[in-house]
Amino acid sequence: MKALSKAASEVGFFGTVAFFVVMTTFPFYWMLITSLKSNSDLYNVTNIPFWFNEAPTLEHFKYLFEQTLFTRWLWNSLVVGLCVVAITLVTAVPAGYSLARMTGRTAESLGIGIFLTYLVPPTLLFLPLSRIIAELGLQNSMWSLVVVYPTFTIPFCTWLLMGFFKAIPAEIEEAAIVDGCSLFGAFIKMVIPLSVPAILTVVIFTFTLTLQEFVYALTFVSAADQKPITLGVTTDLVRGDVFFWGEIMAGALIASIPVAIAYNLFLDRFISGITGGAVK
Amino acid sequence: MVDIAAPVAAKTVSRFRFIMDRREVLGSVLVSPAVLYVLLLVGLPFLLAVYYSVSAYSIYNPSWRFVGLANFAQIVRNPEFLHTLGNTFLFTFGSQALGLVLGKFGAFLLLRPFPGRRIVRALIILPWAVPIALSTVAWQWMFDSLYSVINWSMIALGIITREDAPNWLGTPHLAMLCIIVVNAWRFFPFAIVIFLAGITSVPQDVIDAATVDGAGFWRRNYQIIMPMILPIVAIGLIFGIVFTFTDLSIVLLLTNGGPVGTTSVLGFEGYQVGIISGDVSHGAAISLFMLPVLFIVVVGMLRFIRRREI
Repeated sequence: MKALSKAASEVGFFGTVAFFVVMTTFPFYWMLITSLKSNSDLYNVTNIPFWFNEAPTLEHFKYLFEQTLFTRWLWNSLVVGLCVVAITLVTAVPAGYSLARMTGRTAESLGIGIFLTYLVPPTLLFLPLSRIIAELGLQNSMWSLVVVYPTFTIPFCTWLLMGFFKAIPAEIEEAAIVDGCSLFGAFIKMVIPLSVPAILTVVIFTFTLTLQEFVYALTFVSAADQKPITLGVTTDLVRGDVFFWGEIMAGALIASIPVAIAYNLFLDRFISGITGGAVK
Repeated sequence: MVDIAAPVAAKTVSRFRFIMDRREVLGSVLVSPAVLYVLLLVGLPFLLAVYYSVSAYSIYNPSWRFVGLANFAQIVRNPEFLHTLGNTFLFTFGSQALGLVLGKFGAFLLLRPFPGRRIVRALIILPWAVPIALSTVAWQWMFDSLYSVINWSMIALGIITREDAPNWLGTPHLAMLCIIVVNAWRFFPFAIVIFLAGITSVPQDVIDAATVDGAGFWRRNYQIIMPMILPIVAIGLIFGIVFTFTDLSIVLLLTNGGPVGTTSVLGFEGYQVGIISGDVSHGAAISLFMLPVLFIVVVGMLRFIRRREI
């Protein structure tokens, strides 16, 4: 009797786990299966939608790469992402270090202040920013995103890095300074090499944040060949009222995979970063 | 007398280097590029947004004429705006409540070690990791008026017939439900990781002590663990509230505010008025209605951060 109830609770447990997994992964399964179905299979309500009723096909992927600007959008996202990563590293690494080592109320307020700007939403800033973008002559160009995206990646990464730098003992720099290094030299020669894992985390998260962004891209870029991938896939594969579902799902799938992998690899660092070390 | 060490010849050290070796100077120099960037492209636009909201600026008539609070007065008098405001609260708190319940439940599942737990965790994280615009179009396709897989399944199971199959995104209350569910779906993995991070941070000896003292499962949960993880859960919730309250992408892609404005939220309305219609001043005023909520949330966050450091 006891064994039976234990078995029942095991079934209940794994059943619930399975339910959660199905709930979170089904839309992605749906992307996959839609992208591989032929149109006649896709748009037939009597077919069982969960599996192939006709032979799977790569026609949507072929169309996506050959007949649309998809490869251009991939390229745009890569360029924007790398430029934003560069700007973010150059500003956030020194700032994070400075805030980690500076003491006193000013430094503390400055740290919190920089972090809070991460919470200022794009939907509040897009109107004035589009004016600034126009003044810079960058309207309708992907370079506007290179200018704007650091407004959220810098605060976020400064905050992350501040936590990481605090974990490096100050004695290491002091030893270098005793050996004749300047303060700045100690930062470059001692602290940076020790922070490579942290910096790598920042690179990955900056890049994924730029891929996830949608609002600024939607507001500033309307030329089809300037769009980043997320915007292109969601807004440019609709002709009038006709949604090219196979192509949309194929594009969404391709763009999702790298982000999903990156997140899973760096999840723990991300969590310890945003909770600001609330968990010891 | 013999010198233990010969005096080092005084190197000519530049004045610059001397200044740069002072901690506070170097600190300010290192932090300034980030601060400048943020001031120029967050601080300045923010002030500009405030000024827009009290001016008569539009892209057709870029006048900086000061009109006081007239824009706000016009907006508040519009019954549709009040509806939008209500939608925003419903969308935010509905999806956060649903997300928290699912998140807490999911965290309890993942606390127990079982074979394949890492893979399960990786799969459960997906909705939060993948760009929301991309997963939203997948949901849009799943809610399709004709080819909805949800309707197909319900018809196959005999719950409904094809004639009365719901048009998810085309019916006011259902459309609202859809955007709430999609947002909760997107945020609950985040809630799971937050809860997990919190629960695993509670020292085991505290839990053991409570057990020895006779605290049962529920009591351990709600009188020991929950109070201890409250700060971290609050931080997670603050993120969720801020990003949902100001969201635009889910509504824009899933329902485009429709049917007939019934799923419009503040971010979407600001976009429609300010960008699409070009009425920048009213758009900015609508967006600024987010500020009170953001302010409350920010104050809450500061209190928790401070409390943690004491």
